Amino acid sequence: MSTSSPTRAVIEVDGLSKSFGKLEAVKDVHFEVQPGEVFGFLGPNGAGKTTTINMLCTLLTPTAGRASVNGFDVVRERADVRRSIGLVFQQPTLDEYLSADQNLRFHAYAYGLPGDVRERRMNELMEMVDLADRRKGPVRTYSGGMKRRLEIARGLLHHPKVLFLDEPTLGLDPQTRRHIWNYLYALRDREGLTIFMTTHYMDEAEGCDRIAVIDHGSIVGLGSPETLKHDVGGDLITVGTDDVSAAAAEIKDRYQLEASIRDSTVSFHVEGGERFLPEFVRSFRRPIESIGLRRPTLDDVFLHLTGREIRDSELDGQEQLLAGMSQWRQGRRM
Amino acid sequence: MSGLAEIWRGTWVIAYRELLRFVNERSRLISSVLQPMIFLVVFGAGFGNVIGNLGPNINFVQFMYPGIIAMGVLTSSLFAGVSVVWDREFGFLKEVMVAPLARTGIVLGKALGAAVVALVQVVLMLVVAPIVGVSLDVGLVVRLIPIVVILSIALSGFGILLASFMRSQQGFQLLIQVLIFPLIFLAGVFFPVDQAPDWLQVLSKINPMTYGVDAIRQVFLGSPASGGLGVEIFGTVMSIGQEVLIVGVLGAVLISLAVWAFRRQE
Repeated sequence: MSTSSPTRAVIEVDGLSKSFGKLEAVKDVHFEVQPGEVFGFLGPNGAGKTTTINMLCTLLTPTAGRASVNGFDVVRERADVRRSIGLVFQQPTLDEYLSADQNLRFHAYAYGLPGDVRERRMNELMEMVDLADRRKGPVRTYSGGMKRRLEIARGLLHHPKVLFLDEPTLGLDPQTRRHIWNYLYALRDREGLTIFMTTHYMDEAEGCDRIAVIDHGSIVGLGSPETLKHDVGGDLITVGTDDVSAAAAEIKDRYQLEASIRDSTVSFHVEGGERFLPEFVRSFRRPIESIGLRRPTLDDVFLHLTGREIRDSELDGQEQLLAGMSQWRQGRRM
Repeated sequence: MSGLAEIWRGTWVIAYRELLRFVNERSRLISSVLQPMIFLVVFGAGFGNVIGNLGPNINFVQFMYPGIIAMGVLTSSLFAGVSVVWDREFGFLKEVMVAPLARTGIVLGKALGAAVVALVQVVLMLVVAPIVGVSLDVGLVVRLIPIVVILSIALSGFGILLASFMRSQQGFQLLIQVLIFPLIFLAGVFFPVDQAPDWLQVLSKINPMTYGVDAIRQVFLGSPASGGLGVEIFGTVMSIGQEVLIVGVLGAVLISLAVWAFRRQE
């Protein structure tokens, strides 16, 4: 939706790296995000997603490389970058002892919003996130989902060019997650907002215009979810038949496709599965007991790019722990 | 690098929020007034008769009262540091740090917020002045305000500086508890510094808090030359002006260090 536009990329990242002592959390990362794009960073915990976001938000100084947001350098023009972005962090950053309105007003003052704009925008956003009737209540009485919605409203208050969301729906129930995404898409369409998010939820990544798959601090794949899934090697067809090895041999013989056998089924990847299927059924010589076609998912993409399931990499031993710890330590210094 | 306007916005935005917090937390307001009052009442009643007059027409409670006010300023000003550690622990500091606010402004805002809270507290403590036999007039209050503000800002700078090196709320609270007692007891709140034994005099005169206490005492009880209740350094009894200068210069240094420590965290 954005690549046709001749405007300059709103986020430009060139060779960005960050080390914490010996640990290279982010290694030589390159990418660009176009205005109005929903760009996702997909990877397991500790892959370097939050470190990247913190560098783009001026909270961490890169060890090497450069990056700009809305045309401003994240190291040399910090104040301009800060004015251009809204942020929703993984952990809540609200003052729980103040009311929702007081939190929003503080934010408006901090970003120098004129009074009339502030009140209009506050009303509008609190309507949007369904908190209009709870505005006077102290935030500590809010549920997790309400706090996250309030943070999103606050992040948008000063009309940022880019909204950064670090695991925006972590720990929220599916209904609230869907709710939040509906707001965000509506905003993107209405205000041309660019959204940069990190996630390790596949369904959330599906909703992005483009995703960068990040693993061990490096980008291992970049493109639209469609392209990435396409690169896996087409649709997955699974055939149930009486003699699986004979079937596999026939598939290899006739279509030059490598089929894998599992229990009483054979499965193989093929481009344009729905066009291929009728012809296959018509001409296959063995009796077909069952047949299924499945598009590759982002799980398949992650497996294809890294050789591991994203869930497995979540529990990736000591390295993970170290990355988490040094980020934590760094985070505490903010 | 950041302009004055930017620093000013940071200052008032942060101070505004500190005051909102203070207003929302009534328990803090009550305890911050109550604690020094307990000292005043218990020590006053307990020692008042034993000690007798310290100077012409100055009894022990009247002597102690200005020191108690300074003590209140100390506890509420160090809270600026508690507030920084608190914000870090509960994530709000991130919201502050990514906002386009000058770091200098953030530190000044915390200090200004604490100073206003300290002033509110002082005003509340002035209510009991007639009861303890200290006479008030408008001129006295007008002279008191700038001294309280300068002392409070200096102590806030100290609190924020310490807070920049502390990670946990508990650790910081503990540190404050450990520091608060020598700061108060060696500041001449409860005894005239110049009549103490030499070793104690040395410790008291090193403690900058002593000059804050004495400046406030001079506002209430007049120049010490008459009674020998003041603080003498190298043969001269310190005047209010000299004492405010000491506290002010130290405050400027502490605030600058706090700004430096705050910037270092980026």
